[in-house]
Amino acid sequence: MSLLFPEGRAGRLCAPAQILAVCVISVIGAACSGREGAVTLAGSTAFQPFAEKLAEEYNDAHPEVNVTVQGGGSALGISAALNGAAQIGMADLVELPADAASLKATIVARDGIAVVVNPVNKVSSLSMVQLKGIYVGNIRDWKDIGGLAGPITVVSRESGSGTRSSFETILGKFDLTRDAIIQDSNGTVRETVANDERSIGYLSYGLVNQKIKAITVDGVECTTELILSGKYPLVRPIYFLTLDKLSPAARGFIDYVLGPAGQASIVADGLLPAK
Amino acid sequence: MKRASDKLVERLLLAVALTTILCLLVIAVFIFKEGLPFIFKVGLGDFLFSSDWRPDSGHYGIFPMIVSSLWITLGGLLVGAPLGMAGAIFLSEFGPPAMMRFVKPAIELLAGIPSVVFGFIGVMVLAPFIRAVAGGPGLSVLAASIVLGVMILPTIMSISIDALASVPQSYREGALALGATKWQAVRMVVLKAASSGLLAGMILGMGRAIGETMAVIMVAGNAVKMPASSLDSARTLTANIALEMGYATGMHRQALFATGIVLFIVIMILNGMAGSILKKRAHL
Repeated sequence: MSLLFPEGRAGRLCAPAQILAVCVISVIGAACSGREGAVTLAGSTAFQPFAEKLAEEYNDAHPEVNVTVQGGGSALGISAALNGAAQIGMADLVELPADAASLKATIVARDGIAVVVNPVNKVSSLSMVQLKGIYVGNIRDWKDIGGLAGPITVVSRESGSGTRSSFETILGKFDLTRDAIIQDSNGTVRETVANDERSIGYLSYGLVNQKIKAITVDGVECTTELILSGKYPLVRPIYFLTLDKLSPAARGFIDYVLGPAGQASIVADGLLPAK
Repeated sequence: MKRASDKLVERLLLAVALTTILCLLVIAVFIFKEGLPFIFKVGLGDFLFSSDWRPDSGHYGIFPMIVSSLWITLGGLLVGAPLGMAGAIFLSEFGPPAMMRFVKPAIELLAGIPSVVFGFIGVMVLAPFIRAVAGGPGLSVLAASIVLGVMILPTIMSISIDALASVPQSYREGALALGATKWQAVRMVVLKAASSGLLAGMILGMGRAIGETMAVIMVAGNAVKMPASSLDSARTLTANIALEMGYATGMHRQALFATGIVLFIVIMILNGMAGSILKKRAHL
């Protein structure tokens, strides 16, 4: 019996656990539908830590409202908003899919996608065409793009990731090379690139640190100013997705996030404001 | 009065026991209910033997993942089985009994280390080492095999120790009395007598390895292709489910449940094999 679910499984329950969590939320949500005091958010793991902080700040100022934040990924954010499991679905996508068309989409922040390599890598600049070539699998060696000879380790995200879908949409839709190593979060992409001198990856701009090197894309450096000015090409919006009919509590929270205090908090944490 | 309370406890225990069976049943029914319609729709052959996994464009072939799962599992066995069995043979036949009292709990402690820790060490130490020495991305079949080999050590070792302990002392004495050296007695008599138990330990270790998820996701690299060598990155069946279940909908979600069916059947077969081997031994 124990073999059916070896202990190892317990560590890696997060994705199913998140689904379960959303189900639980939906049950609780249904039970509490009479009250106005509860707001649930679910979706994008890129925005989750920021949403948690915003929720905490909002809860401090409005103790009568209880805001809870769940992850699950952008795709889950859309489905949770559609079926009412969460009042607010979070998604960080350049292009919202067709099934999100019936939802009201509000941009609450913007986030650059930094293309990162190991700090020892000589390459510090790539064009969008080269980037696409690498991720399609046509460019396979660093010497073809100005680096030391050696195979490129391509690091990407799982296909439900908003970061990945935005990245691929901006570069022009393509089929990712099958050689790509798949990591399931911004953090593990960062670790992989920090550990592998021949790797390339991409992740949320707010999560770049000194263990990795963000390179310029089409000659534009990945900095807050250049992302804000619209010059840096790899930028995606972060959406709050809601049904048309919104509870006053959820409305209040969105207003707070879009207001000066919420936006200031977003900027302080390394994201870019909505406008 | 006492009899009534006895009966109550008996009933209660029966109910609890049935609950565990019910759990298994519900899980099995649920997985099959979600996954079987998909297999009928796509076709068993296309699902099992196509190498094209692109759920976004409707391609659901898990052949590379089946191969990767088996490859990594066998690799893990290749690392874990010799170590585990050699350790068990030494501890129970050659080492001083005091050592067994000290080492066996330590090995069992190894089983309690969360798999994420094994994965972490694999990522931070093993993968960079493989990359530097052998090339490739480091996150690879080989890295996953080694990590799994260490993870299944406790399973293989403790079952092997039990198997060796169950060999009657008279067998050893008989062999030694006939003039065999200690090693000859172990090799020709004890290991033969314990062979079914040792085999069962290996199969249970295999089941543990094929079901392992977290550590494998961290060290195997998860590329959705057929690994060409053990230095290539690969994705196992369990990793595929865990990576994509979070956001999968519709056909894609069903495909992951169907992947679960494949895994379920493989593990059932392995468990069944281990069980029947152990039962046979009990009859001897």
